[in-house]
Amino acid sequence: MFELSTTRNNPLIDPALHAWGWEIPIYLFLGGLVAGMMIISGYFIFSGRQKNPDCACNFLPFFSIFFLTIGMLSLFFDLENKINVWRLYTTFQLTSPMSYGAWILILVYPALVLNIFIRPPQLLINKIPKLKIISDKLYERSYLIKWIGVLNMIWGFLLGAYTGVLLSTMSARPLWNSSLLWMLFIVSGLSSAAAFVHMIARDRYERELLAKADNGFLTTEIFVIALLLIGLLTSSQSGINAAKLLLTGPFASTFWVLVVGIGILIPLPLQLLAVNHKVKHTPIPPLMVIMGGLILRFVIVYAGQYSNWLNIHF
Amino acid sequence: MSRYGMVIDTKKCVGCTDCVIACETENNVPYGFSRSWVNQIAIGKFPDTKVEILSERCNHCSNPPCVHVCPTGASYVNELGIVLVDHDKCIGCKACVEACPYGARYIHPDGYADKCTFCNHRVEKGEDPACVAVCPTHSMYFGDLDDPNSEVSKLLNSREHHTILPEIGTEPKIFYLK
Repeated sequence: MFELSTTRNNPLIDPALHAWGWEIPIYLFLGGLVAGMMIISGYFIFSGRQKNPDCACNFLPFFSIFFLTIGMLSLFFDLENKINVWRLYTTFQLTSPMSYGAWILILVYPALVLNIFIRPPQLLINKIPKLKIISDKLYERSYLIKWIGVLNMIWGFLLGAYTGVLLSTMSARPLWNSSLLWMLFIVSGLSSAAAFVHMIARDRYERELLAKADNGFLTTEIFVIALLLIGLLTSSQSGINAAKLLLTGPFASTFWVLVVGIGILIPLPLQLLAVNHKVKHTPIPPLMVIMGGLILRFVIVYAGQYSNWLNIHF
Repeated sequence: MSRYGMVIDTKKCVGCTDCVIACETENNVPYGFSRSWVNQIAIGKFPDTKVEILSERCNHCSNPPCVHVCPTGASYVNELGIVLVDHDKCIGCKACVEACPYGARYIHPDGYADKCTFCNHRVEKGEDPACVAVCPTHSMYFGDLDDPNSEVSKLLNSREHHTILPEIGTEPKIFYLK
C-alpha cells in the first residue's frame, strides 16, 4: 500500500491540473498547419508550378498568414502578463525553445509575404500597383523564385519542428519528453495541410497529388505514434504511466476514437479509394484528417500535463 | 558565488505546517495559493509501515529546468544560487510551471510566475528563511552548501539523506535527512 497525504490541497499550484488551457493546443495545431502549408507551397514554387495561375502556392500564403495570426492571438490570450509580451523580443535565450519559437514566428511572416510577391492576385495589384513591378522583377530572375520556395520550406520545417520541441524539452512531463514529438507534430501538420489543400485546390493534378501525399503522411503518422508509445512503454514507470494515459486511461477514448480512428484510420482508406478513382473526392476525409490533427494537439497537451514523475523517494 | 541550500531532518519534523503558514505570512502569498506544502507518505501494510513527513517547496535546483525554458530570462539564478523570478520580465507564459517536476510554481494573480524565494530578502540580511526561523522542532537548517564549515554541510557529511526525484537530473538543493 502506498498512501500520500498532503497539506498542499491547492489545485491552483498543481500543474497537473492544466496550467495550459485550450489556447496552446489551438496554437500548436495552427502552427503545424501553417508549417505544412509553407512546405507544400514552397515545394510547388521550387518545382516551377507558380506559373500556373491556379497553383495552390499562389493563394496558400494568404491562408497561412490568416491562420498563423489566429494562432499567435491564441498564444497571446494564454499569457498571464500580456503587457510584458515585448520582452520576448529584447532577448534570445539559447536554452529556451519558446524563445526560438518567438523569433521563428516573426521570421515566418516575411517568407510568406515574399511568396505573395511572386504572383499577387489582381485585386491586390489594383490597390498596390507596385506589386506588379516587384513580381515582374522576380520573374526576370527566376533563381530568386526558387530561393523563395526553399526559404518557405525551411521556415515551414522550423516552425513545425519547434512546436514539438517546445514540449519535448520538458523532462518534468514524461509524455512530452520524447525526441519523436517534433516528428509527430511535423507529420501531423503536413497531413492537415495536405488535407486542407486537397479540399480547396483548384488544380486537379494538385488535388490528386496532395490526396496521395496525405495518405503517405497519415501512414507515417501511425508509425510515429506507435514508436512514441513503444518508446514510453519500454522506458521508466513514469513513461509507462504516461503511455497508459492514452492507451487505457482517461484520454483513451478521445485518443482511439477521434485521433486514431476518425483522424487517421477511416480517412486513409477513403482517400486511397478516391485517388484510385473508385469513389469521388469529397471534403469528408480531409475534414476528418484536419479534425484528427486538432484533437491530437489537445490530447498531447492535456495528457502531457496530467503525466507526472512518481513521487516515491524512500 | 555561494550555493545556498536547505537540510530538513525528517526525524524531527512533526508535520505541523508552521513552515507553510510562516511562508504565506512572510511573503504575502495570495489566498488560495502556496509556496510550500507538507507531504506525508505512508508505505506498507500494518504492522509493517513507515511514514516520512516532507516539508516541500522549490528545490532551487543547480540545474533548474524552469530557468532553461524561460523565453525572456525572467527566471534566473542569483549569486547565492537561489532561483528567482524577475516580475518585470515575466510574461506569464507558464512554460516554467510546466517544466518544474516538483510543481513548485504557480501564476500569481498579478500575472507573473511565483514560487519560494528562500526568503531572499531575509537571506540578504543574514537571516534564515521564515520557514526555517519558525520551525518549532528546529528540524530545518539553511546555509551555504559550498562552505564545508556550515551546519548544512556538516549535517550532510554526517547523516544519510536524500533529495526528491534526483533521477531527473535537476540537482535539488533541499536535502532530507533520513
